[in-house]
Amino acid sequence: MKIALLGNPNTGKSSVFNMLTGLRQQVGNFPGVTVDKKFGVFNLSNEEHTLIDFPGTYSIYPRSKDEQVVYDVLKNDKHPDYPELAIVVADESNLERNLFLFTQVYDLQIPVILVLNMADLAKKNGKSINIPALEEAFPGAKIVETTARVGMGKERLLQAIQSISKEKLTERFYANARICDLDDSKGQETEATERYGLINTILNRVQTTSSTKSEPTSNKLDRILVHPIFGYLIFGAILMIIFQFIFAFAAYPMDFIDGVFADFSAWLSQELPTGLFSDLISQGIVPGIGGVLVFIPQIALLFFFIALLEESGYLARVVFIMDRIMRPLGLNGKSVVPLLSSVACAIPGVMATRTISDWKERMITILVAPLMSCSARIPVYTLLIALVIPKQTVFGFLNLQGLVLFGLYTLGLVAALLIAALLKLLIKTREKGFLLLELPSYKSPRWGNVGITVWEKVKVFVWDAGKVILAISIILWALATFGPGDRMEKAALSAKNHAKELKLSNEDSERFVASTKLENSYIGIMGKGLEPVIKPLGYDWKIGISLITSFAAREVFVGSLATIYAVQEDGGENKRLIDRMRSEKRADGTPVYSLASGASLMVFYVFAMQCMATLAVVKRETKSWKWPLIQMGFMGALAYLGAFITYLILS
Amino acid sequence: MSKALSSIKPGQLVTVCCIQDSELKPKLMEMGLIAGKEVRVLFRAPFGDPIAIDVHGYVLSLRLDEAGLIQVNESIGSEVFA
Repeated sequence: MKIALLGNPNTGKSSVFNMLTGLRQQVGNFPGVTVDKKFGVFNLSNEEHTLIDFPGTYSIYPRSKDEQVVYDVLKNDKHPDYPELAIVVADESNLERNLFLFTQVYDLQIPVILVLNMADLAKKNGKSINIPALEEAFPGAKIVETTARVGMGKERLLQAIQSISKEKLTERFYANARICDLDDSKGQETEATERYGLINTILNRVQTTSSTKSEPTSNKLDRILVHPIFGYLIFGAILMIIFQFIFAFAAYPMDFIDGVFADFSAWLSQELPTGLFSDLISQGIVPGIGGVLVFIPQIALLFFFIALLEESGYLARVVFIMDRIMRPLGLNGKSVVPLLSSVACAIPGVMATRTISDWKERMITILVAPLMSCSARIPVYTLLIALVIPKQTVFGFLNLQGLVLFGLYTLGLVAALLIAALLKLLIKTREKGFLLLELPSYKSPRWGNVGITVWEKVKVFVWDAGKVILAISIILWALATFGPGDRMEKAALSAKNHAKELKLSNEDSERFVASTKLENSYIGIMGKGLEPVIKPLGYDWKIGISLITSFAAREVFVGSLATIYAVQEDGGENKRLIDRMRSEKRADGTPVYSLASGASLMVFYVFAMQCMATLAVVKRETKSWKWPLIQMGFMGALAYLGAFITYLILS
Repeated sequence: MSKALSSIKPGQLVTVCCIQDSELKPKLMEMGLIAGKEVRVLFRAPFGDPIAIDVHGYVLSLRLDEAGLIQVNESIGSEVFA
């Protein structure tokens, strides 16, 4: 049976979902739209049920892209996801507003179970419900009380699912009920007034409130957490802790994954019979997969913290205190999470913008999110910093290299905010942005829910980024493996002879040959073709090749340089690569990697949209190629200009 | 005499009178802000915007622009606890 799970945000809907389905959850798409469809299966006396978790809404009438799917599915009984049964989760401590959605669903005459969740909280607030009396007001519907956070009431709910009649309901709560069109404001307003009137009549009958004058705990906590000074200090401190984890502690598992894949690909190229197919696996596919998986620790950690903050109710306060600051920039308080996520990876960041109900604010957030320095830029930054920034202390205690790294992150952030402000002027829209956000009461987070969120985000990242990065890795491998005619073979042969003359060791000569072959491959030719364009930035064709290959993912830049300069990659520190790059000279004898060209490259990587996976996700989220192309355009222009100016100033 | 909700000081209890016609009107009403509803302004964000109000047991935050659409009457005997 197909069951829809509906409910207001912050009612513990996902706890109910997790309670029923456990880990048997999947993410798919609703047909025709890009909203994620979260569904899970569970068995009940040998019958399999599919539970679809709809986005949390206050009404069937949507106010954001995410919420529209509820309206689309429920108003159309031919829709493939139209449910045979609906479960509406309601916060018992706040029934009035929660019953609004429930009565709407009831009036659609879909068999429905009302889950009164957070029974514990309601009791604490001195509210109690006469459930039989409430059930009487909704003939055909069943009402179950749960505290899903601790798994209480599961049996009762399962029993209700099994015993409820699957026939369409015959009664209506609000006699005039009909589904208004989305643009019928007047109709929706009348419905709201009359529905709330009816709900209050019922509630007066079935709900008793022992009035408690004591201030709720949330109110006391909010005095500190939204305080003009402490509020920001606390948020800042939390950010520091998160970044400490993402940057310092995630490095260990990342190095481990990196090492495993490097070894594996080396082992493969030794063990597999020589040939094109083996090369494709050991040099194209395996490193491609490794390049995706290496980011899992950072992404998992970041989403662990975000889920924790969300579960506890704190995240809504962050939105509350940041909204006024973000608004002049064309952003929304809700843009904070997407921008924060983008520091790990822009892909989950762009997807996190779906909660922003205002189209313009959401679009601006998507467009600027990739300017935040993501984890794939770190290997590029660290290589270049080690290469051209001296190990010095400034002002007595600041490490110059660290300072430059911090500067690059700041540059990305500042650019994101300035571009956002600019886009605010450029993007025209009829509608005005709005916030309307519930500040839920504080709760201790449920680790199960946090774990499941992290698992889901990682899965989405691996899948979305993975397929694009893998595809590009294969294309780039082909471009680097083949060249026009027999040009590569000829070059390889002469390189081999040259290596013999120089009496190079076996390994060195192999690398020398590989480097020569790369130079004569299609990608080498493309790099050379690019040289006139990037010369004003201080780059040569070898850097050009690496710029092209790093379209798969920015960190590929480092690996490409290693191949081009024919040095063995030695992980973490890249000592050999750095030494080799230092000795690289131009025709006139000056070093290729000077302070000017190195800094110019860093600035280029701060701004450039060197990530096909993000572009693909932006295309999916905005449903057209227009926005990703605009994004690539302005980021590219910014990168080129920024790098050019940097080079000009420093040389 | 009705006033805009955006001009009400934290701690004050007011009654919703009416909402100015706008795209947001049905959304505000769905959130429970219907005529006759008692709401209490709880606190304001650091720059005075957005504000947080108590709507019958839950806390709703809205921007001053949005609160400006809502006309309220001061409730009789409104006591202040903030």
